[in-house]
Amino acid sequence: MRPVFMLFALLLAAQTLTASAQERAVPEYSAELEAEAREVGKSLRCVVCQNQSIEDSAAPLAADMRQLVRERLAAGDTPEQVRAFMTTRYGNFVLMKPPFQLDTLLLWLGPGLFLLLAGAGWFVYLRPRAQTPGLPEDLTADERLRLSRHLPDEAGS
Amino acid sequence: MSDAPISTQRQLPRWFALIPVGALAVIIGFFAVGLTRDPHTLPTMMVDRPMPEFQLQQLTDDIPNLTSDQLRGHVTLVNVFGSWCVSCVAEHPMLMELSRQNLVTIHGVDWRDTPREGAAWLNRYGNPYASVGLDADSRLAIDLGVTGAPETFLVDKAGRVRYKQIGPITEEIWEETLAPLARSLEEEPQ
Repeated sequence: MRPVFMLFALLLAAQTLTASAQERAVPEYSAELEAEAREVGKSLRCVVCQNQSIEDSAAPLAADMRQLVRERLAAGDTPEQVRAFMTTRYGNFVLMKPPFQLDTLLLWLGPGLFLLLAGAGWFVYLRPRAQTPGLPEDLTADERLRLSRHLPDEAGS
Repeated sequence: MSDAPISTQRQLPRWFALIPVGALAVIIGFFAVGLTRDPHTLPTMMVDRPMPEFQLQQLTDDIPNLTSDQLRGHVTLVNVFGSWCVSCVAEHPMLMELSRQNLVTIHGVDWRDTPREGAAWLNRYGNPYASVGLDADSRLAIDLGVTGAPETFLVDKAGRVRYKQIGPITEEIWEETLAPLARSLEEEPQ
């Protein structure tokens, strides 16, 4: 058991070593800027591990992007300007929320369009009224008479 | 008594039966195209844009530092690599060969590396680069929209990016894509 434990301890130590080697000395920012940077970071996709935002990602490139976001905000950029900075370099892909524009029209309006189509189809073909068979018209006196001949007495009148 | 059904539900036109088939065909079409694409390859924003201005750190005393001036006047390749990058080792012999045959000038961007490790890597595998700059904090890499290494930019005489190769340059990619493009760029008036 002991050697295994030692190995674990070594591994742990190695990991903390590399982790601290990767983090560079980062200047401190005000809490306000830090909060703003987090917001911006959450809206930017990590281009290495594509389903995470740069705020959530452990990729080294995401760390550098986070740093850049803070520096740009500190230099007076608005969050919108920071996002634009990233989009000119990485394209719309870098945005977690795709913008509403001509080539994303189908993406944004598609679900609504489908709902509309489905609704129209339902209205025309499946609406309850269309489905219930209409009541047959009342029998004429003549028909009643003919029918009564085939029925036992209590049914006719 | 007539034979007509009591139900008044409307009879759908026969071609309506083709709607699900058509929808399925469209979905299959989307998947056929979508699934063959590599989602890790992002569309390149840099093509036809001038190389950004940059300041890199010199990697070692023996190799000149990469500066913006070196990317003007002739067609060059700018190769983003790193000592940590496995595919770069695979690509390296090809770059060495291009440099040995003097087919194109290659400049290196040592991305997210340390001077010590970057220099050791070049010592070990050889240096195909006319100049190398160290981009330790991804400043240039982000400016170039780099997502991984190796990536290689083909830069024209005016210092504009004209093509971006994502992943290692293979002999095939060089012969079929980069070399013809570099030749035609060489003939462009500056």
